[in-house]
Amino acid sequence: MTQVSYRAAFGLIVKRDLMIAFRHRDDIINPLLFFVIVVTLFPLGVGPESTTLSRIAPGIIWVAALLATLLSLDRLFKYDYADGSLEQMLLSPQPIFILVLAKIVAHWLLTGLPLILIAPLLAVLLHLNEHSYGALMLTLLLGTPVLSLLGAIGVALTVGIKKGGVLLSLLVLPLYIPVLIFATSAIDTAAMNLPYNGQLAIIAAIFFASLTLAPFAVSAALKVSTN
Amino acid sequence: MLDINIAAGDIVQVEGPNGAGKTSLLRILSGLSQPYDGTVYFQNESITQHRETFHQNLLYLGHLPGVKDEMTAQENLEFNLALHGLNSATAEATLAEVNLLGFEDALAAHLSAGQHRRISLARLWQSQAKIWILDEPFTAIDKLGVEKLEQLFLQHADNGGCVILTTHQDLSLPAERVKKLTLAYRFY
Repeated sequence: MTQVSYRAAFGLIVKRDLMIAFRHRDDIINPLLFFVIVVTLFPLGVGPESTTLSRIAPGIIWVAALLATLLSLDRLFKYDYADGSLEQMLLSPQPIFILVLAKIVAHWLLTGLPLILIAPLLAVLLHLNEHSYGALMLTLLLGTPVLSLLGAIGVALTVGIKKGGVLLSLLVLPLYIPVLIFATSAIDTAAMNLPYNGQLAIIAAIFFASLTLAPFAVSAALKVSTN
Repeated sequence: MLDINIAAGDIVQVEGPNGAGKTSLLRILSGLSQPYDGTVYFQNESITQHRETFHQNLLYLGHLPGVKDEMTAQENLEFNLALHGLNSATAEATLAEVNLLGFEDALAAHLSAGQHRRISLARLWQSQAKIWILDEPFTAIDKLGVEKLEQLFLQHADNGGCVILTTHQDLSLPAERVKKLTLAYRFY
């Protein structure tokens, strides 16, 4: 029996998930539209004064990004669980770590990356301080993978539950708090033209910790959920 | 209490009324579910400790076919073959074995339940796994298809593999080849 290399298995699953998403485009577009709409609601609600808006812009963008990610998390394992392909994946001869990581990477490419691309446009809408754009992009680049990784743990735990949506948000949102705090703090610091390396380093540390540990937690949670 | 040894060349039909635990048994044997008590061994090694070697030798098909609606029949099969280290170039020829020639480019969403089942069963023709664990493989399969599958099981057992399956239908295989394992309810 020929062994599939870990890289080949990883590539296979990323490719498959991207293909499925591109044939089912509303799954990509809906969270993105949600992100845009939530952000545009704030100027309508609090008024268009540029001082207020630029003060709250980092928080709005980041909270909207959290919620948009949360909305898209369902797609990660739910359909695979419902049609039995998750079972088959768990039974494949590769380590589950690789398969789970591949699914999370595909999820980030489909939700995190579009959010990063569209965020600067929305930041213009909110009069974000001109010094903050670099910080916004960097925190999103390091932070959105954390959202996908930590979210995956929540999804894996709730995938077997029929109406796990609310439970999922209760489980996952508290885990997002550290990223939110340090990301918005970095953007605020950048607005004052001060160095924000410290906050970035902490987000990077959270990123690497969750990159190496979250797939193990997800594998264990999936085993429990399919048991 | 269940204590069984299944050897190469065995075809084991697990029988029992609905709810007796056939599916649970097969899921435990495949390592998907953990038993409350007891251990499953493959080649005298616990399957939880030697997960990868066991899964290289295992093909499990459950109630759900594991077919993605968004992909075509051929893409589904190619993915399944490639993930298990089999040659995905054979997918088209394999689909012919399960009478799906002409549907290979149809999205699975447009195919029937029986055809979904056939896509997942198609893997059997290419599989090099020794252990086949099949939960109700004949569901939604027509008579001719069932006959073909039974011949395939026989061939697999003759080649040193084993087949563990549940079905409510009687197999038309020679009785001496099929071992029956009958599960019963137990009330506490």
